[in-house]
Amino acid sequence: MIRSTRRAFLSGGTAAVTIALMPAPALAQAKARIVVLGGGFAGATCARTLRRADPRFEVTLVEPNPIFTACPFSNAVIAGLRDIEAQCFGYDAIRADGIAVVPQQAAVINAQARRVMLGDGSALDYDRLVLAPGIAIRWDALPGYDGAAAAVMPHAWLAGDQTLLLRRQLEAMPDGGTVVISAPANPFRCPPGPYERASLIAYYLKKAKPRSKLIILDAKDNFSKQRLFQNAWQQLYPELIEWVSLSNGGKVVSVDAKTRTLVTDFATYKADVANVIPPQRAAGIAQLAGVADSTGWCPIEPVTFEARLQPNIHVIGDAAIAGAMPKSAFAANAQAKVCAAAVATLLHGESPSPPKLINTCYSLVAPDYGISIAGVYRPAGGQFADVEGAGGVSPIDAPPDFRALEAAYAEAWFRTITAESFG
Amino acid sequence: MLPLVLAIATSAAAAEPPPGATLCSGCHPPSASVETKVPPLRGRDPAEIVAAMQAFRSGERLSTVMGRLAKGFSDDETRAIAAWLAAQP
Repeated sequence: MIRSTRRAFLSGGTAAVTIALMPAPALAQAKARIVVLGGGFAGATCARTLRRADPRFEVTLVEPNPIFTACPFSNAVIAGLRDIEAQCFGYDAIRADGIAVVPQQAAVINAQARRVMLGDGSALDYDRLVLAPGIAIRWDALPGYDGAAAAVMPHAWLAGDQTLLLRRQLEAMPDGGTVVISAPANPFRCPPGPYERASLIAYYLKKAKPRSKLIILDAKDNFSKQRLFQNAWQQLYPELIEWVSLSNGGKVVSVDAKTRTLVTDFATYKADVANVIPPQRAAGIAQLAGVADSTGWCPIEPVTFEARLQPNIHVIGDAAIAGAMPKSAFAANAQAKVCAAAVATLLHGESPSPPKLINTCYSLVAPDYGISIAGVYRPAGGQFADVEGAGGVSPIDAPPDFRALEAAYAEAWFRTITAESFG
Repeated sequence: MLPLVLAIATSAAAAEPPPGATLCSGCHPPSASVETKVPPLRGRDPAEIVAAMQAFRSGERLSTVMGRLAKGFSDDETRAIAAWLAAQP
């Protein structure tokens, strides 16, 4: 198939030839149009990597917000250790890469016509579409928890105003108050996130409001880096943090914003500050494209990240079902680079090779106390599986200088990954 | 009607990076431009990277996460990654 060439193009140093027909599919796809929906860690990285993979690609990044507010390290903002400005990133550097950044919301996705209709009525045609929508809160999943309730009992699981609301509530709480965090069942964004948040809030309470208490009501019996967190809590915040597991009646079944109460099957908890981290799903764009299944998340083919439910559409980041890979910013950025390479290879008319992916995820238990989990993954049985013998968590008996080093690496990681994604 | 004028697309598209190679930059900065103790890898001697990865894997060289990650890559994979990193501008 020949698309009309609007202009001739030359790559440096190669000879130009005049031909009547384009015989090779690789040539036919060379000036391909790729649309990326969603400008977080996954989408921004994918757009940039595609553009660098082949400068002839026309890459468009569709993102309605002019500023991206990053979730990693937002728990430090909640605990008063960091300004929200340190979480905010614009898209100027991405534009400077030659990527068209369109500040619109996708309204209709027609996979058959390979066309995205935007909120302003304009249309974008694509050869390949990459969806990086992130998560949405499932407002139907927890009785009593809706948008109005979130203004009283913030989730703070999408960084920004919600992050600052939770911080203000903690600052306003009297000493001796009770903070309740409700943690959801798997899968959800940032598996260690609720426990890092509990840790840093405890750090704040210990200093500013030492008679206070923090209760985690959990819909799970196990969580990421559990031994490391619990070990650190005993050392740093004894008597301050109480974790109530699923088996001990920790699953929150309803909430009442008027009275700031959280209800389990066994008890009712009255909170002074309630942080409800509700069940989640892939954000609306995934539903729009028809790539999410009945779980609310998007099944993918692990070599190319192509959606199993629609052709020519790839899904990366938190929205994707990526097997053993967690929903983390590191994983989103890693998937974006691998997906971009696969999309470039496909558009050049070739078959991508099976990739290997990695994840590294730091949590802060205190400003100078970091812990980590790492993993290496490969496609197996149509999913991402752990490479056995690799990965794992920080040692349980590490000395304080090791914890301090991991805390420093955590901050360094944030600077590096945000520079790669947005800088 | 003008004929189509095209460049030969032989070298314009970069070859696919070896498995895992592009992911080092999740923590390792592209240059000294980012404030971090983690060293840049681009342009480094590949033999040096391979030797470091072997030492991380065996535990001979102490690390925080690098040993856990190095165990997920064979010597052949590590050599391919090191060669690719060395070739990056």
